[in-house]
Amino acid sequence: MRFSGWKVIKEGLTGNRGWSAHWRDAQPKPEYDMVIIGGGGHGLSTAYYLAKNHGMTNIAVLEKGYLGGGNVGRNTTIVRANYFLQGNSEFYSHSLKLWEGLEEDLNYNVMHSQRGLINLFHSDGQRDAFARRGNMMVNQGDDAILLDRDGVRKHLPYLDFEQTRFPIYGGLYHPRGGTARHDAVAWGYARGASDRGVDLVQNCEVTGIDIENGVVKGVQTTRGAIRAKKVGIIVAGRSGQVAAMAGRRLPIESHILQAFVTEGLKPVIDHVISFGMGHFYISQSDKGGLVFGGDLDFYASYAQRGNLPMKEHVMEAGMTLMPMIGKAKVLRSWGGIMDMTPDGSPIIDKMEGIDGLYIDCGWNYGGFKAVPASGWCMAHLMATDRPHEVAAKYRLDRFRTGIGIMDEEGTGSQHNLH
Amino acid sequence: MRLTCPVCGERDRREFYYMGDAVALRRPDPEAGDAVWDDYLHNRDNPAGVTRDLWQHEGGCGAWIVVTRNTMTHEVLETALASDVKGSVG
Repeated sequence: MRFSGWKVIKEGLTGNRGWSAHWRDAQPKPEYDMVIIGGGGHGLSTAYYLAKNHGMTNIAVLEKGYLGGGNVGRNTTIVRANYFLQGNSEFYSHSLKLWEGLEEDLNYNVMHSQRGLINLFHSDGQRDAFARRGNMMVNQGDDAILLDRDGVRKHLPYLDFEQTRFPIYGGLYHPRGGTARHDAVAWGYARGASDRGVDLVQNCEVTGIDIENGVVKGVQTTRGAIRAKKVGIIVAGRSGQVAAMAGRRLPIESHILQAFVTEGLKPVIDHVISFGMGHFYISQSDKGGLVFGGDLDFYASYAQRGNLPMKEHVMEAGMTLMPMIGKAKVLRSWGGIMDMTPDGSPIIDKMEGIDGLYIDCGWNYGGFKAVPASGWCMAHLMATDRPHEVAAKYRLDRFRTGIGIMDEEGTGSQHNLH
Repeated sequence: MRLTCPVCGERDRREFYYMGDAVALRRPDPEAGDAVWDDYLHNRDNPAGVTRDLWQHEGGCGAWIVVTRNTMTHEVLETALASDVKGSVG
């Protein structure tokens, strides 16, 4: 089934009876060339690019719940390429370029909206840091414009500019930044992979990884044993448990990150905005809800729900920045399990010492925008056994050697600081 | 979530600073080598279930506390002064 404007009109006029399921709900076979553990955004995009870029189609994606039921369905949907450090900068730049062609590539409406991202700054020091970041973004070939206070006012007249505590000095404007419909990204990749022959197996929890003499032989699952020559672990917050099945410990601590959405409102916030003094970010969904979030709850958790102190903090930050949202009613809040690394940057690498085992994890609180490039690079690594050039610095051993630590926030490479 | 400081009693989570896994109580020998220090500094069991982590009652008495709690439910099972726990860890 191909989507097109013509198809939408035809189905609209004939009772919408011609739509079919977007992907096959496959039964697991006893053997594949490759198995991907985890049917979230990153796992599905990896399977899609393995099929599309490398012609590998004898692949299964094993998901313990339902496709896209983890973090890809629980984020604040922001897409951006405003990274500073070499290693991150080229990776996210590549990802944004993939986003820009994604709908055409997938023939799927992921509602990618480049509405522009504005990171506000509130002091001279922050302005300097953002000017430097903007220059790095421009050097990478992406877009960044340093706005002064009046420049911000033109875009965002409704902010509280007059306050004395956190005066708005300006903002770093990233016009190509924006949002996308998170679920549709998972569904689009699932459909693309499934159409190319990849088996997407739901309700199939991996319970063991078979390794003989340092070589991967397959996995044990709740739906039987599956043999495979190569296995990719792409399970975000659950990376620690799955790596333990291969006898490995990871530099990952799983933390809770909350997000919130209000009732649907008429269009009021056109951009993605982040508050430089309180870790608060907000955008408005096409349905009208204000989607916003803040910082981690800051303690290890798998609960997928947060605690009240961080809720209060996020609401306070929102009210400080834009008092106009004060009467909006919060409909829902939820939490995702973030796979936090000590330096805040991800890992796409082979599992050293185990042939055929690969891992893609450590996306911290920024995994959604990385979905296309993460899949692209993980597929490249699994198919060729060489890291892709834009993900070459995402090595697992950087923590042991201390070489190539990418502490984007400059807070120190330590677990409780990101 | 509320934590019981062994010195001050039950207090709001906001009075406490979170340090992370209680692995910090088992600091290796300075000459133990790369792999041991990598394991100590970075690698974590990261359990989905009962864990032990270190908190400091920074908004109160300043004591370092080992908290035994469940990461799936946020239930707090036990708290003890780190100075007492450290003596019993090899």
